[in-house]
Amino acid sequence: MTVAVGDSVALRAEGVSKRYGARMALREVSFRAGRGELVAVIGPNGAGKTTLLQILAGVLAPTAGNVSLAPEQVGWVPQQPALYKKLSVAENLRLFARLEKVEDVGGAVERMLGQTDLAARAGDEVGRLSGGNQQRVNIAIGLLRSPAALLLDEPSAALDPRQRERLWSFIAGLAASGTVVVYSTHDVGEAERYADRVLVLADGELLFSGTPRELQAAVGEADDLESAFVRFLHDKGH
Amino acid sequence: MRWLLLKDLQILRRSPLLVALLVIYPVVIALLVGLALDRPPGKPKVAFANLVPPGQSEFSIGGRQLDVADYAPRLFESIEAVRVETREAAIAKVRSGEVLGAIVLPEDATDRLRRTLSLSGGEPPTIEVYYNASDPLEQQLVQSTIQARLAEANDALSDAVLTEAAGYIDVIVTGGEVALPLVGAVDILGLRRAQAIVEASIASLPAGAPERVALAQVARFARLAADNLDVSEPILATIGSPVEVRQTNVSGAARSSLGAFFVAVAVTVSLMFITLLLAAGMLALEREEHAFGRLVRGLVSRTALLGEKIGLAALCSFAVCLALLCGLAAFVGLEWGRAPAWLAALAGGALGFAAMGVAIGALTREVRAASLLAFLLSLPIAFLALVPAGAVAGGLFDVVNVVSGLFPFKPALRALDGAIGGGEIGLPLLHLLALTLGFATLARLSLRRFG
Repeated sequence: MTVAVGDSVALRAEGVSKRYGARMALREVSFRAGRGELVAVIGPNGAGKTTLLQILAGVLAPTAGNVSLAPEQVGWVPQQPALYKKLSVAENLRLFARLEKVEDVGGAVERMLGQTDLAARAGDEVGRLSGGNQQRVNIAIGLLRSPAALLLDEPSAALDPRQRERLWSFIAGLAASGTVVVYSTHDVGEAERYADRVLVLADGELLFSGTPRELQAAVGEADDLESAFVRFLHDKGH
Repeated sequence: MRWLLLKDLQILRRSPLLVALLVIYPVVIALLVGLALDRPPGKPKVAFANLVPPGQSEFSIGGRQLDVADYAPRLFESIEAVRVETREAAIAKVRSGEVLGAIVLPEDATDRLRRTLSLSGGEPPTIEVYYNASDPLEQQLVQSTIQARLAEANDALSDAVLTEAAGYIDVIVTGGEVALPLVGAVDILGLRRAQAIVEASIASLPAGAPERVALAQVARFARLAADNLDVSEPILATIGSPVEVRQTNVSGAARSSLGAFFVAVAVTVSLMFITLLLAAGMLALEREEHAFGRLVRGLVSRTALLGEKIGLAALCSFAVCLALLCGLAAFVGLEWGRAPAWLAALAGGALGFAAMGVAIGALTREVRAASLLAFLLSLPIAFLALVPAGAVAGGLFDVVNVVSGLFPFKPALRALDGAIGGGEIGLPLLHLLALTLGFATLARLSLRRFG
């Protein structure tokens, strides 16, 4: 299933499949996302959300299909903060900036500390930060090279409501500046509130791509997106 | 890759407990081995009861006075003697565990010895030895120590008897004075002098005297007897030491001393633990910190990541174990001229263990599992490599050899032993190189599922 969204396509996946032995984790998933678009990938457990994001990020190689952006053009924020807890916030940022071959390492670190509002905690060991602050550092590392697309795997899973609010405000700012943001989530309400478009995955298959309102419309009358999502999956045999 | 290396060093610097263990562990090993080598094992405590009445411990061989007490110091060279007055007291001390064994010299020991030496017949003297069999290891130590020392005392006594016997023969051949029990000093004519007297008598007889033939037979007998008894002295000497032992090392290599071998074992064990734990732990840490996926998406290749971990672990353990080796060298007095060979052996061993360590790290998902697996594998590998030939059945030993050859401990130990003792290190180093490549390949294959 291929869905075009707008003229300025920033990220494109074509026929992406992933097989683990006899099990198909993804089946020919194709979609496009435009600049500044916020795309939520939703689906039940084991639907293939993380696998899709890992392939888009270049962490996993697809069994078939291709992705338009090279890994170095994509910012990757895994579900668990991928940070060295014995290093400070600044040291983590500096290390990944060097590994990413960012030209102005010092400038990039300062910029990220400012954007994530962590300048005051720059010298603190990451292991001593709260889950919310660790996630902000995690995201900052994904943004070090000012990527065209930012991919986040369940970014708000370990955060309290206040931290979530700050996180989504930050992500919305990124999208507003033209970065395409693709994130997976279990929280359909979060997709309803923050996503321009939702991709519904089940058993590795892309079942729907459209706005939250279009998903609600697809199942007829529904009180909210969560009800529409559940009914949609039921209608599709999941 | 250097940024990853610096990052790992930074993490190590901020893990004081881990670094302390990495440094303290080999230092403790070095001190323990050094102290053990510097001081011989303590003498076992053995009760000693001399029941021979005072003034009766002397005996005579060929007029020479010997004292049983003269032979006691040989025994006490290897044991700490606890002197007691009675047999019962000696046995009680053994039973109570105060001493590991007891030696009792019975009342009639000197009498029996005296009778045996004077060829008066009767039973030879007996020394009684009592053991406490509650601890087989201690019993073996005491038994072997006492038996070895008693054998030495027997040899010394035998030498004295043989020397006196040779003196008797000399007197019989050439004549002289001999002190005999009860009789006292007796002048012996001797075969040579008897032959001379008889020959003089023959010469003084008329040419046709019938006594000449008989006297000539006596003179010939005296000459033959003297000539043959002359060679009996070297024959008696061979009775004392009938077999001469000549030892040859067929390996062709200079054999390292026991102390040098212990140093090689101590350093190899430290090298194994430090390198395996570090390499396995640091690679598993990338996964535990969820950084692996971020790193391998174009920032660092999996092969380079493995290379960095192998290099880091090998470098750290090389430095620590070199310090350990130098520390032990001060205890044992190793040959510093062989230091280049030490470096080569240490480097080869460190690389072999580091490659094995990353293979363990790649097979596990978290640091604790990697450390546990590394630790659990280390002990049997070291144990198998130290099984000596002949300790198990031939077929089993071949299996043990093959299994221990699949891991770096045995070649690393051989390389270090050769480097320290002046033996061959080329083949063990080649073996280590092959294992390094093998384990690195295994680790690389395992990393394919490391996401």
